[in-house]
Amino acid sequence: MSDSTSPILTADGTPLKAKLAQTTRRLRIKALLLTLPLVIFIIITFVLPIGQMLYRSVHNPTGIMVTPNFAEAIQEWDGEGLPDDRFVEIFVKDLALAKKNREIGKTVGNLATRVNYEIPGSRSLITSTARKAKNIKEGPYLDALIKINKKWENPAMWLTLQRASKEYTASFYLAALDRKYDDKGDIVMADELYQIYIPILMKTLWLSAVITLLCFILAYPVSYLLSTLPMKTSNLLMILVLLPFWTSLLVRTTAWIAMLQTEGIVNDFMVFLGVIGDDGRIQMIYNMTGTIIAMVHILLPFMILPLYSVMKTIPPSYMRAAKSMGASTTYAFTKVYFPQTIPGIAAGTLLVFILAIGYYITPALVGGNDGLLISNLIAGHIKSTLNWSLGAALGTILLAVVLVFYWVYNKLVGVDNLKFG
Amino acid sequence: MSNITGAAVRFEKVQKSYDGEVMVVKDLNLDVAPGEFLTMLGPSGSGKSTCLMMLAGFEPATNGEIYLNDKAINSVPPNKRGIGMVFQNYALFPHMSVAENLAFPLKVRGISGADIDKKVKRALEMVELGAFGNRRPAQLSGGQQQRVAVARALVFEPDLILMDEPLGALDKQLREQMQYEIKHIHENLGVTVVYVTHDQTEALTMSDRVAVFEDGIIQQLSPPDELYESPQNSFVAQFIGENNKLSGKVTAINGKVCEVLLDDRTSVKSEAVNVSAIGDRTTISLRPERVEVEPEVSMDNMLSGKISEILYLGDHLRIVMEVAGNKEFIAKVRNRGELRPLKKDQTITVGWAAGDCKALDPVA
Repeated sequence: MSDSTSPILTADGTPLKAKLAQTTRRLRIKALLLTLPLVIFIIITFVLPIGQMLYRSVHNPTGIMVTPNFAEAIQEWDGEGLPDDRFVEIFVKDLALAKKNREIGKTVGNLATRVNYEIPGSRSLITSTARKAKNIKEGPYLDALIKINKKWENPAMWLTLQRASKEYTASFYLAALDRKYDDKGDIVMADELYQIYIPILMKTLWLSAVITLLCFILAYPVSYLLSTLPMKTSNLLMILVLLPFWTSLLVRTTAWIAMLQTEGIVNDFMVFLGVIGDDGRIQMIYNMTGTIIAMVHILLPFMILPLYSVMKTIPPSYMRAAKSMGASTTYAFTKVYFPQTIPGIAAGTLLVFILAIGYYITPALVGGNDGLLISNLIAGHIKSTLNWSLGAALGTILLAVVLVFYWVYNKLVGVDNLKFG
Repeated sequence: MSNITGAAVRFEKVQKSYDGEVMVVKDLNLDVAPGEFLTMLGPSGSGKSTCLMMLAGFEPATNGEIYLNDKAINSVPPNKRGIGMVFQNYALFPHMSVAENLAFPLKVRGISGADIDKKVKRALEMVELGAFGNRRPAQLSGGQQQRVAVARALVFEPDLILMDEPLGALDKQLREQMQYEIKHIHENLGVTVVYVTHDQTEALTMSDRVAVFEDGIIQQLSPPDELYESPQNSFVAQFIGENNKLSGKVTAINGKVCEVLLDDRTSVKSEAVNVSAIGDRTTISLRPERVEVEPEVSMDNMLSGKISEILYLGDHLRIVMEVAGNKEFIAKVRNRGELRPLKKDQTITVGWAAGDCKALDPVA
């Protein structure tokens, strides 16, 4: 008899665990090889871009690239008042040198753009100073700069240059959270006019919640019907539910434009019925209403499918059992049926909510101004203003919000309880 | 219009159709006495489950009236009927513990918390699951779930319990054990039970009376022994137990006994059950254990048979032979310890009493 501490041996004397590992190794290698293509695909198309986005949101190479000597030297400055003339001398010389540089990322224009992010309107200051920098032959350099432009007297200018010369920065996150450095280098709220990201993020969350709720209210009865109807009828209805999936997103969205615009079908019909007058046509598109209507329509299947798949597994005998024990239909529904659909509700709402938070094309087409979501702003920074770092910071914040919601969900319902289909 | 009949359940001219074309239940008339254990037995699609669903209130009767304690209940919703029900797959609520499941019908009735605890505890002890109140149904074995389902149907003390194939999901051994347990619970509590099954053994061992359903009609309503010993028609004879079939034509009827000329020109004497006139086609039903092999005394019917197969089953021998043109004629011979010198292809004499075979309606 072996005592409990000694390892169990197989008949030929090798430890059981080792033998087991040996026999299952081939299977494990096979499993690994089967998943390898997908793993590589995900790393290249998903993990690396997200990593790059995270990096770009804090990476701040402009100062080092454009004015390398100054970037190194200015870090010694204590930030009090105006910098010593020795720092300014290096700056002027770097700037004169950079003026000749045509390499992308190393031009004066790059630095001007970067500083302009933090001090709006300072773009021309940098470019015009750079043009004249080569004419400054001797000190005091600071006075020479101030002669070119009075703005060089402002200590905030130099603090910004110092920040722009660090390799990593929190500036983009501050901007994404509607905050900025003040003249003394402290973090404060941005001017009211520039506070746009947090309100849009809040609006995105709120709109997503409304869309999720509407999807749930519309999907629950439909899913119930689908799960209780005979196979033949439910299959037909299911096709109707899935039909939107087979139509291009753009076609569906533009169809809503045709329906909802002021000269569109819905308004025409209401005028025809006399519900509204011809001069009282309702604006239902290019605003928040349009975004909500079109997105609810597009995201509805994502709510119906998990609900349906859960409801399908609930046999009618549960409701019957509850009724046979004396429960009214309402009581049986709330105490017996509804609790069993919670995994489907959780999966559906999570899916719709997260999809809605990051939705881009529909709000871009039908949202007008007040129906824009955070993703439209991110796209704007990537495509139009080319402030990729701010776009990346906003994207990272969006990702963090989604992860927080996922975490809260996990606490509330438990991810193991989610049933996506 | 209802008369006072004293019946716990009364079906009166009940008919049911789902699609308006086919009658699933045809003209059902049935009384269930208080405290009776009545089983509805039949193959699937015979209408037995539909009857139970109409009684429970989940399906409306297309025509006719159902009475519960002499009160018409057609317009009473299921939750107001006060009938306990055990479902085929138990229908225990998976998101509630066993005790919460049992408390459900009591809570619905607004019974106070302390009383609920007491009743739940008593019901759990009745089915010997006193320690399992906090478990989830999924943590119980099939047999334990079954017992919880029974306890839940009983806990609010209904007069009538319906059971819809409650043992269908259990394995054979557990099923037999549960048959006894349900039977004992019924005897101890004296509730009326209407039980639906397609398993004839279950029906025979548990019931006071069995209603055999086929084609939407009750073919026979009798106590189990009568059902087996005196089937009223060929369907019942074949559905309940094993049965040798011999087809022929009636040549004479003398009171309870008739003379039948089988298709191979052999003549046999049989009890006349379901024949009316000389010249009628009939099928004779004979239980395999009533067949004597090589009888030592003279019997009413003595035929010769050619053995095609002998199966040894421990407590008895099954002898398959060809008798009067029936190639699957079976005789069961009890194992008395004396090994008989029987061999394949041997021709032997078989005999049986006229009263042991029944002349019934003809089957193809």
